[in-house]
Amino acid sequence: METVKMQDMTVTDLPWKIEYQPDRCTMCGSCVAACSFDAIEAAMERRSITVSTGYQPSPTQKHMATPVIKQKSRLGNVCVGCGMCEKVCPNKAIRPVRNTDSRYNLLARNGGNTIKRGGRTNLNADRTLDRIIVGRISQMTDPSLDSVRHTFDILAPFGRVLPPNELPFASDGHSLKLTHATPPVKWIYPVIFSDMSIGALSTRAWEAIALATAYLNEKHNLPIRMCSGEGGMPVKLLESEQLKYMIIQIASGHFGWNRIIKAMPRMKVDPAGILIKIGQGAKPGDGGLLPAAKVAEHVQAIRGVPKADLMSPPNHQGLYSIEESVQKMFMSMNAAFKFRVPVAIKCAASATSVSVYNNLLRDPYKICGGFFIDGIQGGTGAANEISLDHTGHPVVSKARECYLAAVKQGRQGQIPLWAGGGIGMTGNAAADAFKIICLGANGVFIGKLLIQLCGCIGNEHGRCNSCSTGKCPTGICTQDPRLVKRLDVDKAAQNIVEYMLALDSEMRKLMAPIGNSSLPVGRSDALVTTDKAIADKLGIQYVC
Amino acid sequence: MCRIGAIKSKVPFHPSKALYLMLPQQEGHDNSGFAMTMQDLAGRFTPYKDKPLLSLACTQKGAKLVEDYMETNNFLPVHEWIPKVKQQPGLDIKAMPYYIFRNYDYPEHYGNATKAAKEELLLNTRLALRAILGKNEEGYAYSFWPDVLTLKEIGDPRDIATYFHLWDDNGDMMARNIVVQCRQNTNYDIVRYAAHPFFLQGYTLCANGENTFYTKNKEYQKSLHRGYIGFESDSQNFLYTLHYVLHELKWPIKYYKHIITPLPFEEIKSRPDCAELTAIRQSLGHLEINGPNTIIAMLPDGNIMTCCDSKKLRPVVVGGDDTTMAISSEVCGINTILPDRSRENDIYPNEREIVVINDRLEVERWKQ
Repeated sequence: METVKMQDMTVTDLPWKIEYQPDRCTMCGSCVAACSFDAIEAAMERRSITVSTGYQPSPTQKHMATPVIKQKSRLGNVCVGCGMCEKVCPNKAIRPVRNTDSRYNLLARNGGNTIKRGGRTNLNADRTLDRIIVGRISQMTDPSLDSVRHTFDILAPFGRVLPPNELPFASDGHSLKLTHATPPVKWIYPVIFSDMSIGALSTRAWEAIALATAYLNEKHNLPIRMCSGEGGMPVKLLESEQLKYMIIQIASGHFGWNRIIKAMPRMKVDPAGILIKIGQGAKPGDGGLLPAAKVAEHVQAIRGVPKADLMSPPNHQGLYSIEESVQKMFMSMNAAFKFRVPVAIKCAASATSVSVYNNLLRDPYKICGGFFIDGIQGGTGAANEISLDHTGHPVVSKARECYLAAVKQGRQGQIPLWAGGGIGMTGNAAADAFKIICLGANGVFIGKLLIQLCGCIGNEHGRCNSCSTGKCPTGICTQDPRLVKRLDVDKAAQNIVEYMLALDSEMRKLMAPIGNSSLPVGRSDALVTTDKAIADKLGIQYVC
Repeated sequence: MCRIGAIKSKVPFHPSKALYLMLPQQEGHDNSGFAMTMQDLAGRFTPYKDKPLLSLACTQKGAKLVEDYMETNNFLPVHEWIPKVKQQPGLDIKAMPYYIFRNYDYPEHYGNATKAAKEELLLNTRLALRAILGKNEEGYAYSFWPDVLTLKEIGDPRDIATYFHLWDDNGDMMARNIVVQCRQNTNYDIVRYAAHPFFLQGYTLCANGENTFYTKNKEYQKSLHRGYIGFESDSQNFLYTLHYVLHELKWPIKYYKHIITPLPFEEIKSRPDCAELTAIRQSLGHLEINGPNTIIAMLPDGNIMTCCDSKKLRPVVVGGDDTTMAISSEVCGINTILPDRSRENDIYPNEREIVVINDRLEVERWKQ
């Protein structure tokens, strides 16, 4: 006993335990090779077996050293439950099993370090959207549409919309003529591929999403837009026709903007928009973080930085008011794109979101082209677990409140509302999008769903969520060339394309029964809920 | 399904004609009420065409409240018609105690006021009366406008007509334009205000159909204009949008259709006026109206118009002769009042079309 300290860690203390069947194992080594976390190793164990090799039973005890696969009980090599070992094992000899007796939360803060991980909140998985039903169905006097044959306008605005009485129209008594330019508004698909940077994602994962975006636009006429995330994008893309499908992000670190600005003279087309990221739903009030482990050479090149932890500040330095944000948007549009490109702001949902939205609505320059609110169930590549699980705000009621604040002023629709953070969390993004649009959003943005379509196996119950380690076992969230190669770009892009095509059909399947050929923005009467509190809060019908 | 109708004639005619237009179309709930708005009046109202006419249904107390308000606000009554009603057992009518149609002179200090200022005064007065009468359900103020009379009641249109002597075509109560509906509300509570036609500052409108964008229309319209109130029926949205486009924005009438049933983006893209139509669609998205519907409206200048939803799911027909034109949900109504017209000239408006009949009874059609 003296050689063992009571505080020593054992496998039983870890969140996942490897269940290993030595009798099925052929010691091929695949599992050990596949484990990017180095959580298992080949080891020797002394075994005692009874054997009888003669004609008559003559059992004898034989002691021998047998090779086995063994889980490491070190914090640096914790099994994350990704299941790669099980996936590659030819004999089903090994698999991770969730350990309900884990003491990980008590042990992982060793050395005074906070627990960092990616993914999204593991505690706040109770979703309002799942308790809302599309309950107002057109039937007799108001017939449903035919979702297959009818034409639908499934498009949402991105850009500042002027109120009708401010449109610069001249009338000759018969026709109206625009006398001067209005702020740029792009009508795009109501689902934006959310901002995930090159760096946070592997080049292959980012490429798969960009490929899917271009394919959906060019082959399926689905005007999906993709946001670059902080950190810029490849110069080749900046100088290509496909830039028109991209929304370029400015975040507080301003990473990558040098190259974007340098590429501007050679841009053939304007980007779809600019998104100024103020905050993120998964870790509101916290800046971006790209751990040094993920700052590979190409990331260093794109961002113009050394290999180090890249931390974006939690706020835009030198920008302490909404008025200044507006000024920044003004500069972006004026200096860079001469008011041809809409500029939107992304904030984390919070108790103060409505104040921000009210402020933007009252902006006299009419410059804000969209308000993106990101809820607590939004994802991230890296954050402190304490932020992920214990800070944030659900997005549904906040989006609704913002819409109603605009209604109160008669300004609904003037600054398009985009909601995200957990959209598609259950795998049904169309239903989520439809419901939140009925509550007043113009569209949604999705992120984690995309990487799940690429093959990410992380979830809200603590599986994997190792995006921060640079050891993503699926090659999505890592820059390790050996791991990145695991990701099949074409297959990942295909999954996204196919999901979006299904989503588009599903949107029709929801719009048709309520009799709408255009998006039901603000049609809260189409929704009902069996939860009285939700009904009261959102102002929708209570049913039981 | 509602049946709606409108008649426009070069010669004054009696409301019984409107009943003859409507009754052959009767079906289901179509006999649950009767409402009409008359414009360009003749008969007993001829000498008072420029004096605003208040149309009122109220209790005795309500009548007193109105008199007090009008007196306090310097309106001078110049002519009054309180219809003698026929009290006869068995009539299906939920009548109010009093029906008052009274012309007023503008307050003296409005002698040199502009037309716009007078229009605002009339609206404010009607809204004030509505508020006063609504407090204890003492009555309903339907319209207050020169040369416009509105009558609404709950019950069987035949019996309502009997009650008000509307079958007796004696030349007393005549008009050149009438918009009419024979039905009470089915979507919402039965409220006299909820019966079509709706009226606002010279704009009169009837609708047959559904407005699935009612909630978003209502939420938007509430903040657009103080006159956009009530919302007892989803069809009021059609009137308010018409008023907003023509009276507030002062846009040509053809854009009304572009707002309530905007063209698909794909189609807009190929139009020479793409920039204008896109701007309209994005700025007025909350006034879009989905659902099957047909509208019949009368404008302040006496023109009557009709248009349908973008899918053309509700019927409407336009027909007439050199003297009289009618718009009606079903052709049987027009056949009854204008049996000798040339039916081959009847128009069955399409989706995305506005049909307007002007004072010379010329028909103008705009394809959206």
